[in-house]
Amino acid sequence: MAALFANPDLQMGFWAFVKIFIILNGMLGVVSYLIYVERKVAGHMQARMGPNRVGPLGLLQPIADVGKLFFKEEFIPAEANKVIFHLAPMLAVVPALVTFSVIPFGPEPFIVTDINVGLLLFLAMSSLGVYSITLGGWSSNNKYALLGGLRSSAQMVSYELAMGLSTIGVILMANSLSLVEIVRAQTAIWQLGPIAFPGWYVFTQPLAFGIFMITALAETNRAPFDLPEAEAELVAGFHTEYSSMKFGLFFLGEFMNVISISCVAVTLFLGGWSGPGPESLGIVWFMLKLSALLFFFIWVRWTYPRLRYDQLMHLGWKVLLPLALANIVVTALFVYWRANG
Amino acid sequence: MTEALFVGMGTAALISSLLVILHRNPVTSALFLVVAFCSLAGIYLLLHAEFVGMVQIIVYAGAIMVLFLFVIMYLNLKSDVETGIQIALRRGIGWLVGGVIGAEALWLFAKEWGVGPIVPELPGLRDPNTMAIGKLLYTQYLFPFEITSLILLAAMVGVIVVGKGRAQRPVHPAKPGPPPPRVAPPAAGLPAAPDPEAS
Repeated sequence: MAALFANPDLQMGFWAFVKIFIILNGMLGVVSYLIYVERKVAGHMQARMGPNRVGPLGLLQPIADVGKLFFKEEFIPAEANKVIFHLAPMLAVVPALVTFSVIPFGPEPFIVTDINVGLLLFLAMSSLGVYSITLGGWSSNNKYALLGGLRSSAQMVSYELAMGLSTIGVILMANSLSLVEIVRAQTAIWQLGPIAFPGWYVFTQPLAFGIFMITALAETNRAPFDLPEAEAELVAGFHTEYSSMKFGLFFLGEFMNVISISCVAVTLFLGGWSGPGPESLGIVWFMLKLSALLFFFIWVRWTYPRLRYDQLMHLGWKVLLPLALANIVVTALFVYWRANG
Repeated sequence: MTEALFVGMGTAALISSLLVILHRNPVTSALFLVVAFCSLAGIYLLLHAEFVGMVQIIVYAGAIMVLFLFVIMYLNLKSDVETGIQIALRRGIGWLVGGVIGAEALWLFAKEWGVGPIVPELPGLRDPNTMAIGKLLYTQYLFPFEITSLILLAAMVGVIVVGKGRAQRPVHPAKPGPPPPRVAPPAAGLPAAPDPEAS
């Protein structure tokens, strides 16, 4: 028995399982309260109170909402493709969850795994996220849902390009695809005259950061890019026919994507866990930066109107893509110049 | 452990590739192709080719298959069950070609068949995988790499030309030019409206 516990493979598996359990449940908690915060912030931005009836300050509202979702009637259209109809909501959640496995939330014990293609895993999972929406829209056998699904697949495929290209500047600077290495490369403090500021890539790659955040909004189908579910024209877009917890899974997947993409943005551009104080405070810094970005997502949603479809495509292909390419060229020249004098 | 994973992913790749061609519903076929690509990516990971594995998912499963699905959904919204002489003809040709290729494969296997190790020995890599591929691409294989990009660029330009159409139409063909004046021509002081046909 003791020999079994000393087995390094088993120990690694056990600790990985513990970390996955903690992160999965932690993230589910964050999602439910992110929805609460979104409603509260939206309320205050529109001079309302937001949810304030269930529990003190309305804090029990998410629990009530999820409980209600579980007990709703589940409706499946008669002509729907049953298997794919069931598969689509699961596909909405799983890729977003897989991304969390490579995100360094803090120094050593807060990292599930550090693979040397962590950033590529994130891009791969975000590209697989398209399937949930496309398939959900197609399988419900509903014109509105189908149009929403087609729109979103076009939107996400176009914005993925600009997103992938915007991260290349960071890869060039950090000289690695591992997210842990990228954070390590940002821990230095730079002196510019009397001012000391952290070596985060948001200062050296501001254009890439801007492009990444815009494409992040588009990839997660958040306003002002929420055309796939434009309620004014498509009822509810791809999830028109979904009810009960299947709708809940789409909702969960959207917010999971928002959180995972914000985590990646913190890691790539805002220095990850680095911050003043000892390294053990890393997780606190990470969570603070993450909260700031999540607030930014909510803020944008309640500030800007929705784009028209041709504006969306124009922005993606004719503005963001060339800018991202130009950023790569400039960064590559800079890196070459720094290395070779 | 590695062997078990390899056998599992290999089986998944085989079964899903078979289902791609055996399933009647085109959308389901496309989805099984995605599964096949993902299992292939898993096999690449087992061979310590992380970069190729991830790019396999990003490019094939994430981009190309989404466009496939897009086209299938756009063109053909019902499950496509073909009958009659068409499918018999297609089946016959399929069996013929498949039989020839299968016989060739059998002949090759019979000629030199050897069971190697399931998990191949890894070449000693000094650099990380991504760096090694990058170095190879920009030194030894620079010329083929640039030729490939040129071919892709040519394809892109070709698509744009075909998509735009050959005729020299105005940008907004739906919008007709200004209607001819029905009343008397404009007063002498105003410049005449430009003739849309002149350009």
